[in-house]
Amino acid sequence: MSDEYKDNKIEAKSADSSSGGYAPPVEHIPAKEAPEQELYHAKSFWTKWVFSQDAKVIGVQYALTATAIGLVGLVLSWGMRLQLGFPETFSFLGPATYYQSVTMHGMIMVIYLLTALFLGGFGNYLIPLMVGARDMVFPYVNMVSYWVFLAAVLVLIASFFVPGGPTGAGWTLYPPQAILPGTPGSEYGIVLMLVSLSMFVIGFTMGGLNYVITVLQARTRGMTMMRMPLTVWGIFTATILALLAFPALFVACIMMTLDSILGTSFFMPDIFTMGEKLKTGGGSPILFQHLFWFFGHPEVYIVALPAFGIVSDLISVHARKNIFGYRMMVWAIVIIGALSFVVWAHHMYVSGMNPYFGFFFATTTLIIAVPTAIKVYNWVLTLWRGNIHLTIPMLFALGFIVTFVNGGITGLFLGNVIIDIPLSDTYFVVAHFHMVMGIAPLMVVFGAIYHWYPLITGRHLNQTLGKIHFWVTFLGAYAIYFPMHYLGFIGVPRRYFEMYDSPYMTSAIGLNQFITIAALIVGFTQILFLYNIFSSVFKGEKSERNPWKANSLEWHTSDYPPTHGNFGKELPVVYRWPYDFSVPGSDKEYIPQDVPPSQVSTAKAEIT
Amino acid sequence: MSNKELNIFKLLSQKPWEPAQAALDNEHDGKTFGLSKAKLGVRTVMVVSTVIFSLFVVSYSDRMLVHDWKSLSEPWLLWINTIILIFASFIFNKAKVYSDQNNFNKSKNALLLVGFLTFSFITGQLLVWQHFVSIGQYASTNPANAFFYLFTALHGLHLLGGLFFWGKATTKLLTNNFNVSKTKQAIELCAIYWHFLLIVWLILFGLMIAT
Repeated sequence: MSDEYKDNKIEAKSADSSSGGYAPPVEHIPAKEAPEQELYHAKSFWTKWVFSQDAKVIGVQYALTATAIGLVGLVLSWGMRLQLGFPETFSFLGPATYYQSVTMHGMIMVIYLLTALFLGGFGNYLIPLMVGARDMVFPYVNMVSYWVFLAAVLVLIASFFVPGGPTGAGWTLYPPQAILPGTPGSEYGIVLMLVSLSMFVIGFTMGGLNYVITVLQARTRGMTMMRMPLTVWGIFTATILALLAFPALFVACIMMTLDSILGTSFFMPDIFTMGEKLKTGGGSPILFQHLFWFFGHPEVYIVALPAFGIVSDLISVHARKNIFGYRMMVWAIVIIGALSFVVWAHHMYVSGMNPYFGFFFATTTLIIAVPTAIKVYNWVLTLWRGNIHLTIPMLFALGFIVTFVNGGITGLFLGNVIIDIPLSDTYFVVAHFHMVMGIAPLMVVFGAIYHWYPLITGRHLNQTLGKIHFWVTFLGAYAIYFPMHYLGFIGVPRRYFEMYDSPYMTSAIGLNQFITIAALIVGFTQILFLYNIFSSVFKGEKSERNPWKANSLEWHTSDYPPTHGNFGKELPVVYRWPYDFSVPGSDKEYIPQDVPPSQVSTAKAEIT
Repeated sequence: MSNKELNIFKLLSQKPWEPAQAALDNEHDGKTFGLSKAKLGVRTVMVVSTVIFSLFVVSYSDRMLVHDWKSLSEPWLLWINTIILIFASFIFNKAKVYSDQNNFNKSKNALLLVGFLTFSFITGQLLVWQHFVSIGQYASTNPANAFFYLFTALHGLHLLGGLFFWGKATTKLLTNNFNVSKTKQAIELCAIYWHFLLIVWLILFGLMIAT
């Protein structure tokens, strides 16, 4: 795709003036006040690639681990769909297996795939490069963060092999059913799940510390907060949300682990079973729901905000136009992040809470639509009269906008108490959240991989496979989730193992079969994509430096792909934001962030 | 260290395209706060811990309203432990003052005393656990007990985490192999963390005696 750019080129380069042809900048550069961070230099193969302290390697490790466990989540979704589409056909799928698949699919996709991929993967790889740092501020802690994450994943996998299998309590793990007999995995599976989640939170906190402080304190000279790429803004804000929200999950997990192992009753209400009262009692299952959703709702934005940021950069670069309303985009990210902490109870409208409580949460939920809509308008306005290159990242970015609007609008329905109550626990909800936080962020993940793959490996992904991947995934996702809205309207409940001979199910039978076949096709296409990723490392078309003609610092390192230490002898100095595309008055088509004003004296400042 | 964006509203309303602002921005050294990264790191950790403990306090206040709640009677040993922890925090402050005066010998002794006091505190907490277990007050006996075990365990784990960094700093002082400014900073940050954990303990302990 890179050959589509026939514009006058300027040599991509770092600020290392010894390697490029720049005249020494006339601008005054303030002297460095603090010496540069000492960098850990790995000596052996092990410290370089396995127990690595280099954020780029850690980012790739995070991404590969998340993808591996994500594949397990994908296969589990097939089990689920086979049962729903063709009940009583597959002997290996009983009710227990079905519930375990549902639960593990949900938890893996939300936490171990998306959160780890966006923050651990993209965060680690991109933050130091984009803000002009040599590495994260605490590289050792960063390394430990990955290994704790890996251990959490291994504990999660271990739960498949304990007696009783993994937990089947649903991804929300509501007590008391999660730890009572009758739910699959209520003895060992649930404990391993809770331990794994607690470890994930601990590991994430170590990583999060790095992401936040690197963005705040380790930027290069001239890189003010308001000159950062929106990708960094998105990941930064999402990390702050995660640091404040994950403790709620941690607290809930610890208390439920004690309920399960020691027989305490934090969450266990008075329960009579087989005519006898259980020893535990008096606890509040609703308290767990509050804790879980106090984490769970920000979690939606922990996944969405990095996606918002990355897609803004993809759209701007591939439409050769500055992002419309940069400041407003930053404001929207910050406001959405703040609001996400006061909406959690909209997941609990049917838990029997005070109606005024529901009114409050419906109001705050609907207010979030305002900054979110601003973002969507700004993406569309960025595209407006832009020089749109229909590269694969751009295709995915466009797919994201459509899918996100779709899922966002059904969110407006569900945010209203009175509409939510009949739709609650139906397939409408399943369709909504898969559109808005499953498919939409995944579109961005895919777009981002096609965009940054050349930076990581120095080669392009195969374009033909990429186009097949995009169209099958995009159209397939709609084939899967559009019919689910209808299933919800006719009242098909989610989480049911089988509908048996319900009279109103006749129109759903064919639809369910159709959805299952679509899901299988889309799933296999992802394997094609993985093949593309692994084979292109060796066989991909070589990419020249900065193939997309982007301005942000990660493309302007002294080595391409960037090596240990990221930049050459000198860190780059930043003079502008990363969106100077087609600047009026300039003879250059794009102006990288580290080009001083004296070299582009004719360029006019753009008002955002 | 000029033009730091200390106010988020000021930061978000910057107009980076204006020549005056651009000139200011070009001078920016890339740091948001005039703090070392370690100090900011400790602060972030304290914020996250505060969220964790606050959520436990909220859960505690919610759970204690239910009829089956029976408060624990606090043994006198807990008061002694509290005094030990206050004392540890006080000595840590001394250690910090000494290290600020470059008096590393005295600082080293103070640090050793802090370590002794902190380990005594943790041992004391374990003795309290043993006392409760011996009189049949298990975690499953009553939710108040469960919260007591949970609070003391988490607080203790936080202290052990602090002791890890205390150990690093103290070992460097003992072996006389240290970087002056780094060690000063390590002692200062550990002291801050000890004060923080003292406050957390006072709040948790106060909550448990008040209810």
